[in-house]
Amino acid sequence: MNTESREAATSSGDRIFKGVSYFFAISVMCLMGLVVLVLFKESLPSIQKFGLGFITSTSWDPVALEFGALPAIYGTVVTSIIAIVIALPISIGIAIFLTEMAPTSLKGPIGVAIELLASIPSIIYGMWGLFILSPLLGDYVEPFIIDHFGFIPLFDGAPLGIGMLPAGFILAIMIIPFISSVSRDVFLMVPSILKESGYGVGATKWEVIRRVVLPFARSGIVGAVILGLGRALGETMAVTFMIGNSPDISLSLLDPATSISATLANEFTEADHPLYLSSIVELGLMLFIITFVVLAIAKLMTRRYEKR
Amino acid sequence: MSDKMTEKMEVKGLNFYYGTKQALKDINLAVQEGEITALIGPSGCGKTTFLRCLNRMHDLYPGNRYEGEILLEGKNILRKGIDLIKLRSRIGMVFQKPTPFPMSISDNIAFGLKLKGIRNRGEIEGRVETALKDSALFDEVKDRLNTPALSLSGGQQQRLCIARAVAVEPDVILMDEPCSALDPVATVKIEDLMSELKSNYTVVIVTHNMQQAARVSEYTGFFMLGEVMEFDRTKRIFTNPKNKMTEDYITGRFG
Repeated sequence: MNTESREAATSSGDRIFKGVSYFFAISVMCLMGLVVLVLFKESLPSIQKFGLGFITSTSWDPVALEFGALPAIYGTVVTSIIAIVIALPISIGIAIFLTEMAPTSLKGPIGVAIELLASIPSIIYGMWGLFILSPLLGDYVEPFIIDHFGFIPLFDGAPLGIGMLPAGFILAIMIIPFISSVSRDVFLMVPSILKESGYGVGATKWEVIRRVVLPFARSGIVGAVILGLGRALGETMAVTFMIGNSPDISLSLLDPATSISATLANEFTEADHPLYLSSIVELGLMLFIITFVVLAIAKLMTRRYEKR
Repeated sequence: MSDKMTEKMEVKGLNFYYGTKQALKDINLAVQEGEITALIGPSGCGKTTFLRCLNRMHDLYPGNRYEGEILLEGKNILRKGIDLIKLRSRIGMVFQKPTPFPMSISDNIAFGLKLKGIRNRGEIEGRVETALKDSALFDEVKDRLNTPALSLSGGQQQRLCIARAVAVEPDVILMDEPCSALDPVATVKIEDLMSELKSNYTVVIVTHNMQQAARVSEYTGFFMLGEVMEFDRTKRIFTNPKNKMTEDYITGRFG
């Protein structure tokens, strides 16, 4: 092949490659737009009927065709927060252990175990939660909490073993692998020379971790939390098993509640009225918006930390 | 130059191993108090490895092993049961690249002071200021002590790191190619600073830059393949080296 035709072939190859890449990249955006569009279009009847009242109403009554999303939104947000509160310290501890303390012989096995945790299907977590964790919580943990912290309204209730707290527990276990493996990667990026500088002025391991490693890794940890939060917000099966599926808002974390995804899973097949179906789709739209807002906040926060 | 000399550190028959690989062979040399001792040699010759033996930085990583003795004011720092945290607060270190902590300028310096157990705010502020003045940085940063240290220029960051090392008043300051990431102007500032520090501190500096060793140091050790080829007064090393290899290296015939 002579130079000219080779050049022509390369440049047309380049053009095709560029076009194909563009197409795939743009199609992601289109897909995203379509999802929003469909969600919006399908939820229009519900939006027209209930307006903003959909978000503020606490009544979810399919028989009377009254649909308010507040209990589901509340349950989704609260269980996710519980999950983060439990999972974050544990995950940071795991990540610190793996990067700063574990002997080499332990690093591999523990790392693999954590990744395996992430690969367990959520239905398995749900069944394990319902059959193993829930009785344990109901028989031992919750009575203890009620006895000792029952004076706080958050922990005042019956030890059922299902509800927002148990759902938060199972979510915590499910997101620990995500938060800890991202945090581990972030800690690994802290330059060893920086840690050595800490040791060089006479700091102990704990002081180096607290004053040098953690501040340096802060924006990455925020990212890890958001990743976990995103997963916790949308998690369906395990939560459906554990949350109790009752569309009520209760201050007590021990009481049964519901979440957006649990409502979708439970009621999608039963929605026999167009308005019912439309309301369920609007719930999905709510979940989409919540996740989007959380991600947006995360981007803003990491950007702010990176600037500093 | 007074002839009365005190040996701050003395290294006797030091061997060092990374796992099974021997990196230093039978090192013997003495670091004189209140002087700058330079370590030169080609890449991979063991000079940085040696420097990191002096504050036992190697102990942070598993599998490293020392043999022999390193005496700090007569006491062997390689002995078992020595408090490494205390040792490192007596032997400060400055690295190849500036390593400010992710906190404000004054907190960077206060970091080591707080570790030493100094809690009094007034005393901390005073010593932060002294350390910044000692490292010729105070005038440039006095209006923004509470801004992040990462906002400083590279040269300023390195002087901050020196200030941080100086603030805890160590016996010895180790510098591992402190100017390798800096431009010539910043390098001159650091070199001036080293000469001033000499009156109060003992400095050991690893450098790739032979002119720098010649300019700032009183003693020079030439390392090759994990051994000290020659250790002598800098003047003699650069004008009349005994070892042929030293001569070849400083005249630029290899390395």
